[in-house]
Amino acid sequence: MKIAVLSGKGGTGKTLVSVNLAAVAEKGGYFDCDVEEPNGHLFLKPSDIEEEEVTSLKPVVDMDKCDGCRVCVDACVYKALAYIPGELMIFDEICHACGLCTHLCPRQALTETKRVIGTIRRGRRGSLSVHTGTMHIGESTGVPIIKELLKKLDDDLSIIDSPPGSGCLVLETIAHADYCILVAEPTIFGAQNLALVHELTQVMNKPAGVLLNKVEDGINPSELYAKEKTLKILGSLPYDSYVALENSNAELLVERSEKYRTFFLELLKEVVDEATLAAQR
Amino acid sequence: MIIAIPAEEKSLDSVISVNFGRSPYYCIYDTEKEQSTFVENKAVERSGGAGVEAAQNLVDRKIDALVTFRLGDHAAKVLTTAKIKVLKAVNLSIADNIAKVLDHSLEELNEVHPGGINKG
Repeated sequence: MKIAVLSGKGGTGKTLVSVNLAAVAEKGGYFDCDVEEPNGHLFLKPSDIEEEEVTSLKPVVDMDKCDGCRVCVDACVYKALAYIPGELMIFDEICHACGLCTHLCPRQALTETKRVIGTIRRGRRGSLSVHTGTMHIGESTGVPIIKELLKKLDDDLSIIDSPPGSGCLVLETIAHADYCILVAEPTIFGAQNLALVHELTQVMNKPAGVLLNKVEDGINPSELYAKEKTLKILGSLPYDSYVALENSNAELLVERSEKYRTFFLELLKEVVDEATLAAQR
Repeated sequence: MIIAIPAEEKSLDSVISVNFGRSPYYCIYDTEKEQSTFVENKAVERSGGAGVEAAQNLVDRKIDALVTFRLGDHAAKVLTTAKIKVLKAVNLSIADNIAKVLDHSLEELNEVHPGGINKG
């Protein structure tokens, strides 16, 4: 069972939900795919950490072979190449490592070499494995890091903490997920962002449910959206200064409060049941 | 000498575009022929690499100098490698900036911002 936790915007509570679900499960794996700023490890505090580097390919030019035909410059979708008479310039941070330039070069002047774009740390918290991907500052894409990180997905139970938004990184993150939890705030902006990730899960044919977070009295546009789309509401977390305080001290709610421990145990059960049902459909 | 200036509109009275790579047009001015032409910037809609593409296009037009408010480091690297002089624009029309290039009263642009999306 692989469960991804996502949201259309940052700060809705993806990591709060992910780390508490993983902690309450006490087994399986937690995967922090928010490679631009992973922070799940601050809560789960894993030990026995093993670190590996993630590399990506980059083109390197041999100017003795380059005749300045510019096939590579014109072909590059990302504009990572420029040609000044006598010099082919390659911008590594813009390059997406697609390999097209190397493939097309009529004089085989381009070759690919490896370069480090990030790191992966894998550790343990009791029976739970904790996996964290980190992208180096200035890199254009963390997709290769997420790919590598998710190679160790645990089929029994994996909680996948997604980056915010609905772009390439999120696509890669939910590609292997059996079920998606969409965390949403009770604002119009929150509902619009919920709609974006909901559409993404539909395009990718992933079953999904909403977890309403920071809920107060009054109208909740995200709840209205969920009801309109007959999207399953998995649970509702209140706007609670206690949660904010514990969270800002990197504490796990499920270890500090019986009320929240019960909430996340029930949420986990609900999600597993929903995902099991969805798999049978 | 051929000068390039990022332009908001296709007119010498236009203001200079605050962006280099995502400027809608460039004014290309030939000081010997005293002729100006306006070219569209095809890089404007790129999600990334706009600065590099725009710089490449200007290098291909064999410009000698660029007048701009700001410049990303990727584009700056392309232009300096091609030995193109980069001058700091003043907040006047394109025609006024051209006049200031001709009487050598523009300073060189020494600062560049990090290239790439959302980093400038």
